[in-house]
Amino acid sequence: MTNTKRMKEDILRMSGVNPRKCMKCGKCSGTCPNYDEMEYHPHQFVSMVEEGRLEPLLASKSLYTCLSCMACIERCPRGVEPAKLIEAVRLLKERQKDGNHLTANDIPARIDDDMPQQAIVTAFRKYTK
Amino acid sequence: MSVTNEEYRPLIVAFCCNWCSYAGADLAGNNRLAYPADVKIIRVPCSCRVNPAFILRAFQRGADGVIICGCHPGDCHYTSGNYYTRRRMALLFSMLDYLGIEKERTRVEWVSAAEGAKFAATMNDFCKTVAALGENKRLEDLRCKK
Amino acid sequence: MQRIGVFVCHCGTNIAGTVNVEAVSDALRKEPGVVFSTNYQYMCSQAGQDIIKNAIAEYKLTGIVVCSCSPRMHEATFRKTAASAGINPYMVEIANIREQCSWVHKDTLTGTEKAIILGRAAIAKVNLNAPLTPGQTPVTKRALVIGGGIAGIQTALDIADAGFPVDIVEKKPTIGGKMAQLDKTFPTLDCAACILTPKMVDVAQNEKIRIFSYSEVTEVHGFVGNFDVTIKKKARYVREDICTGCGACTEKCPQKKIPNEFNLGMDTRRAIYIPFAQAVPKVATIDPDHCNMLKNGKCGVCSKVCTAGAIDYNAKDEFLTEKYGAIVVATGFNPIPMDKFDEFAYSQSKDVITSLEFERLMNAAGPTGGKLLRPSDGEHPHTLVFVQCVGSRCEACAEKGKEYCSKICCMYTAKHAMLTRDKYPDTEVYVFYIDVRTPGKNFDEFYRRAVEEYGVHYIKGMVGKVSPEGNKLKVQASDLIENRQIHIDADLVVLAAAIEPDKSARPLATMLTASMDTNDFFTEAHPKLRPVESPTAGVFLSGACQGPKDIPETVAQAGAAASKVIGLLCKDQLTGNPCVAHPDEMMCSGCSNCEKVCPYGAITYVDKEFRMPDRTTKVRRVAQVNEAVCQGCGCCTVACMSGAMDLKGFKNEQIFAEVDAICR
Repeated sequence: MTNTKRMKEDILRMSGVNPRKCMKCGKCSGTCPNYDEMEYHPHQFVSMVEEGRLEPLLASKSLYTCLSCMACIERCPRGVEPAKLIEAVRLLKERQKDGNHLTANDIPARIDDDMPQQAIVTAFRKYTK
Repeated sequence: MSVTNEEYRPLIVAFCCNWCSYAGADLAGNNRLAYPADVKIIRVPCSCRVNPAFILRAFQRGADGVIICGCHPGDCHYTSGNYYTRRRMALLFSMLDYLGIEKERTRVEWVSAAEGAKFAATMNDFCKTVAALGENKRLEDLRCKK
Repeated sequence: MQRIGVFVCHCGTNIAGTVNVEAVSDALRKEPGVVFSTNYQYMCSQAGQDIIKNAIAEYKLTGIVVCSCSPRMHEATFRKTAASAGINPYMVEIANIREQCSWVHKDTLTGTEKAIILGRAAIAKVNLNAPLTPGQTPVTKRALVIGGGIAGIQTALDIADAGFPVDIVEKKPTIGGKMAQLDKTFPTLDCAACILTPKMVDVAQNEKIRIFSYSEVTEVHGFVGNFDVTIKKKARYVREDICTGCGACTEKCPQKKIPNEFNLGMDTRRAIYIPFAQAVPKVATIDPDHCNMLKNGKCGVCSKVCTAGAIDYNAKDEFLTEKYGAIVVATGFNPIPMDKFDEFAYSQSKDVITSLEFERLMNAAGPTGGKLLRPSDGEHPHTLVFVQCVGSRCEACAEKGKEYCSKICCMYTAKHAMLTRDKYPDTEVYVFYIDVRTPGKNFDEFYRRAVEEYGVHYIKGMVGKVSPEGNKLKVQASDLIENRQIHIDADLVVLAAAIEPDKSARPLATMLTASMDTNDFFTEAHPKLRPVESPTAGVFLSGACQGPKDIPETVAQAGAAASKVIGLLCKDQLTGNPCVAHPDEMMCSGCSNCEKVCPYGAITYVDKEFRMPDRTTKVRRVAQVNEAVCQGCGCCTVACMSGAMDLKGFKNEQIFAEVDAICR
């Protein structure tokens, strides 16, 4: 089994998503509140994972610009659940990496007064092992 | 013979009503939805045509499981036949259970003419359940044995 | 002993692909009673049938077993073959080795083995078959059409045209159905009213047709050719025979603020009302939930202004029972409710409307007199967004949508977009689509005209969110081709809502014992070959109650249903099913168990004289089956304690033989 194939299977298993259910209506991307910040949009995640084009996704910042607001999950007429798929790609990426992206010492410099507590916690979840 | 032996296949008799379940089985065929060949279907006009004696006979002759399929409650072609089936079989199955024929070996299912997928899924599940129980020896009439 | 011939069909490779047909015919040759066994490529073909006929003559066969496709497919064919060769058609049994064997089992070994067992069971049954002769029952030469939309109207007209009386039962105060609410019809853009209302008038004037408007079917008994149907005529508090439809009462009624159902609540009507100007019958109806006189006895204005004296506040629901030979179901459809689709803000903004509401807005007889005005402020909208597939093509387990394609939305949306651009060139019209489905005559040309001639913006993508802000609707959507998200400030958003069968269909199906699919559409007897007949004999399907349909298809199906009804009503006698219950009087103990379980009341008890062995006579109470009424379900055979009751064609001993053959 090729590496991509194994990665795709990992993503599908972790997310529990069946991208073949997608009918390519684009409602996920129509509903996405952070669309403009994303290089790859929710509907592209679904079709790219299905086609096995994982390299560009793994290299993309879009993994981290997804807000995990779950709007796409709520509104998808076919129950594809794109946000879960994005989360799985994110996890795959995290698990591949060796070091943490953030250490506790990095935090003070990055902190913004307006930043909600939740965001700091989320950042830790996203950027550390 | 061991239960886990791969050679062992259960013998399952399915009584299907002509209007819903037999048509559902045909639909499963039309859609090529596979289920084990262990299932042998007997066509009856309505599930209420199934005399408890038929089921006893099947077990006597070595069937490992018997399933009765009819129209959904309220949808019986003959208005009320499946209600009788439901009551009769509830009684019969509890008696069979008492005699040592496990409840899992007998089943009543409602399958409509549009539910080919349900028919195949039901048969797959039933075959698996019965296969797990192994051969039925309780009511088997040894004189009938080859 | 029977002399049985076994005929194994290859069905091309459909059977022969997984079943070794040679082995099957060889194995079955050794079964008791079998004198001849063969296999052939297509048993149902003329050549195949000739093989059967020749074998009957040559081997003096008395019973036939055909191992082929489902008996639901070709049992009738082979019975006819047997009859033409001079043996009783009920001496034929089918072993279903296609649908229930070769198509569902992949392995040749197990497939062949099962085919042999199924063939063996059929042979065991034929060994015990007896010739049967079907009885004859008379046909009531009158048809009932349930639903008075375009489907019901067309069916009724066609049946009446052939000279048979027809009754239409319509639950609303007028016939006309959904088509009466439409403005224009695709793809020719002729006005719906102009083509429908003449038909409604034809129905009203046709001597053969009776209209029971504001009525419902409450009970159905009987069987093909002889249905007894109870119809509830709801009290309309206006005497239909006297009311002239002048409308004076509807102008004077003080109760003004009742949402008008005909305009989908976009304007109001009075408590006494005529749904629309061309209503048939053109008779007023009092809405008992809103009429002051009926609620608390204070008013009576309508009876004062009615010069004909047609108002009758004391009217009661009437029930009448009629006899029919055939029933046509034409209950039609409704758009699904939109309140679960929060993302489109349907319940938040008046300017988000469904396509059917848009039809009323564009209709000259609608709430705005045909001017396209925003429902919220009456302003002329400049930017319109149409959203397709709202609630259609959803996941099967989805709570808010339907799994199927509603079929008509692509075309009516193209029509709406085109009409809007035609009447108001100052508008910008956007249509969001997933796919544009136009498989009909002149349909794709129509859609292309909307794009090319009228400049409608078709955007491949779906609207994700509509949010009302001020007097605008912010529409956020994706454009999949340009791979961007777009934001439109719209004045009006039109949702192409999925359609679903009318709610009255489910209880009706139960009454008729007609089967339905999981979406509550009626199922047809065969999806390809018998598309207008229900599996229940004597019940026919017309229009959208069977599946989403546009007007041409509905009319075509209505005509087809009518021709099936005419074919049935033309017969003086119906050949019944000979597989009926039959009691053995010598064994009957007269317990009445069978009588109690019979759903048709086909069993009665008579006192009969029997000769005893000592040559005296004795009177005993025994069961008697009315063979014309018995439908052959067999429930009584199981209820019979003494085993006296048996079912012809499915005798106890036959089913025992089948069980034994399978379990051997």
